[in-house]
Parts: sequence; C-alpha cells; structure tokens
Amino acid sequence: MSKKMHIKLNVNGKDEEFLAEPRELLIYTLRERLNITGPHIGCETSHCGACTVTIDGKSVKSCTMFAAQADGKEITTIEGIGTPDSLHPLQEAFKEHHGLQCGYCTPGMITRATKLLEENPNPSEEDIRFGMAGNLCRCTGYQNIVKSILAAAAEMNAAKEAAE
Amino acid sequence: MIPAAFDYYRPTKMDDVIALLKEHGDDARVMAGGHSLIPMMKLRMAEIPHLIDLQAIDGLNEISIKDGQITIGAMVTQHDLINHAGLEAAAPILREAALQIADPQVRYMGTVGGNVANGDPGNDMPGLMQCLDATFALVGPGGERSVAARDFYEAAYMTAREDEEVLTSVSIPVPQGGYAYEKQKRKIGDYATAAAAVQIVKEDGKCTAASIAMTNLSDTPIYSADAGAALVGTAVDAAALTAAKAAMLGDIDPTEDNRGPVAFKKHVAGVILARAIERAWSRA
Repeated sequence: MSKKMHIKLNVNGKDEEFLAEPRELLIYTLRERLNITGPHIGCETSHCGACTVTIDGKSVKSCTMFAAQADGKEITTIEGIGTPDSLHPLQEAFKEHHGLQCGYCTPGMITRATKLLEENPNPSEEDIRFGMAGNLCRCTGYQNIVKSILAAAAEMNAAKEAAE
Repeated sequence: MIPAAFDYYRPTKMDDVIALLKEHGDDARVMAGGHSLIPMMKLRMAEIPHLIDLQAIDGLNEISIKDGQITIGAMVTQHDLINHAGLEAAAPILREAALQIADPQVRYMGTVGGNVANGDPGNDMPGLMQCLDATFALVGPGGERSVAARDFYEAAYMTAREDEEVLTSVSIPVPQGGYAYEKQKRKIGDYATAAAAVQIVKEDGKCTAASIAMTNLSDTPIYSADAGAALVGTAVDAAALTAAKAAMLGDIDPTEDNRGPVAFKKHVAGVILARAIERAWSRA
C-alpha cells in the first residue's frame, strides 16, 4: 500500500483536512469520508455526470479525479448551491417544471447547470442541450430538464435586472 | 472501481518531473487532465506505481500567437481552446474540433498535450495536428527536441516520445484558407467512427493547397498527402472529390470493432471526408 497523503479541501465553504491514499477518488472522499452524498455514483466511468461537482470554477466528474489532485482546491456540490428553505432558482425551476423524475441525476444536472448559466446567462435550447451533454438522465426526462434550465435563466436574469 | 495503489507527486519544476521519470522509468507516468489515464487506471488496464501530476508546473498552460506561429502549452484544456478569442480568429479549426471532443465536463479537464501524447488512435487532436503540420516540443534528460506531428505516431499508444520525455507544447504555423473538422460518432462522448481534418486554400476559383488527415481509421492518425494532392489544381468539383476520397481510402487501414465492419468504416470515411472538403472549400 502506498503512503497516505495529507489532503486539504474546501468543500461548500468549509475546510476539510484528512489523510488518504492517493488512489482515493474524489467522489468517495465526498460521499464516504465527508458524508456529502449529493453527488451520486452513476456509471463510474466518466459518462453519466451524476457525480458532477464544481472545482475552482470548472464542472468536473468527481469519479474521474483523485482527491490528491483536488488538494488545495475549492469544491462546490449540490449541498452548497441552495438550502431547503432557500432554493437556488435552478432548484426552484426543476421543482416547478418537473425537471426530475427519479431524481438520481438531478444533483449533477443542477450543479452543471449553475456553471452553464454562469458562462452563458442567456442560453438557447440548443446551447443547453449541448452544454448539458455530459449529464445523462436514465428517465430520459430531458425535455423538462431543458425547460427548467430555460426558466431558471429567465428568472435569474429578471432578478438581476430588478436589482440593478 | 479502485485503481491499484500508487505514489502521487505534484512537482513544481520540470527538472523534478524528469528526475522522477529517470528514477522510476517504466513505473512512472505523467498525468495532465487524467481523463484518459484515470479511467484506464480504474479498470486496472494501466498500473502506474508513480503518478506525476503536471498541474503545478509553470508555463504549460499558455497560448501564444506571434510571427505566424501558434504555440499551445501541453496543459491548455479543450475548454481553454474553445474560449480563446485569438485562436478562434487565427485557427478556427481548433475550436471546431475541440467542440466535438467528449462532453463539457471532460473538456474542462482534457488537455491538448494529453490528447496528442497519449497515442490513442481515437483521439481527435493527433489527426488535426497532422493536418496543420504541427510540431511537438519534448523535454527530457538531454534537453529539448521537436518532432513533427506527421512523424510522431508509430502505432496505437506508441509514439516517438521516449519514456523519460514530457511533451510540453504544440506549435502550428497559422493555417491558411478554409477549414473543416468533420466527425461521425455514435453519441456525444464517443470516439469517431471516422473523422476528417481539412485545410484548403483557394485562389481564382482553384485549389492551390490542401491538407487532409483522418482519425480513428488506422492504429495511428493518417495524414494523406495524396488526398490533398488530388485537390490541388482543381476547382474541387465532383471528379476531384472522388479522386481525393480514393486516395484517402488507399492510405487508411481500419479494423472491425464495435463501431462497425471495415466496409462500413471505409464508407463513412468517404462520406465524412467529402463533407469536410465541401465545407472547407465553401469557407476558403
């Protein structure tokens, strides 16, 4: 067995420090070590996007990164995006527009969508389909996922305009 | 999925990377974005006792365009390529190709260096770099040397890079004329059934230069000089397209796999090349 490493992460604003083998994948660190179970393990082969988190401003599949690679970085998971009392506009829109059926892909979908809207606040339907292509929905509820993201974009833009 | 155990290194100097490669030889590998290597490690198809992460090495993520030459650091990601305004103006084929690689999450991590150095025939950048006549910079114990993309690929996962060398950057003469990167794939995130990179120069309605390379149709990318030559001097009419397709088909050597039998792959290669040439010509 290889030597354990001292790893520091900032997850959803909270500093975490622990010893781990370098081969520990970030998704296991989050779920099993830190008990942050929003990011899901779907395919575990970099395809489905259920494990998507934001790392230093990038949408990343956390099944395809070692915790060691993330040492020193800031990570946001679905737990850092809204709270039950104060949902993020994307969460509100997914609820309102039936953007989820079984819900398994939803944390990855919403986490990815936050980044998509940050980079492109006025996406077309095509932009959304292309920008969300790394996230699979086994229920094939894509229509309502796209609708939810469009609605959230409109809501966020309206709120921004009202604030200005 | 849990990979075999390994020691992890994150050096900040290239000298330290080379020293680790010298010390551990075959047991060490460098990693850029890791999106080819980590899946292989998880499947235990690759066992890397000493994993050297290049993320903290300075100067590997720069893009420069000057004196007719584009230089792209090995750690520049596909996402960086897609969003670089200067590159979009100077070599739009890079963006067109990068947008067809994998999916958004993978493009944030996947790098140009990893894509060209890995030697996977399914990767898109090697064929693209052969089309653009790129040169790869390699740093090793004996200093730096450069190898033309057209001479770099020997067989699947076998390249001119020595075990103790690191590919640090890719240089491309600013391409001229019209361009197209056309790729047939079964789904987002898949490798190509066939892909074609085309750059073409038009003067007075005639083609004066053309460069053509194909992806995932042999155990290396295929630069088809004959296919390009078949277009030169023509108005890129139907006869020229047929001649270019025939020349390309003479150069590729596809094998049957889950993307289809050989006859199908050759058929798709012809269709994709024709589309790429037509689109490049329309932009020339």
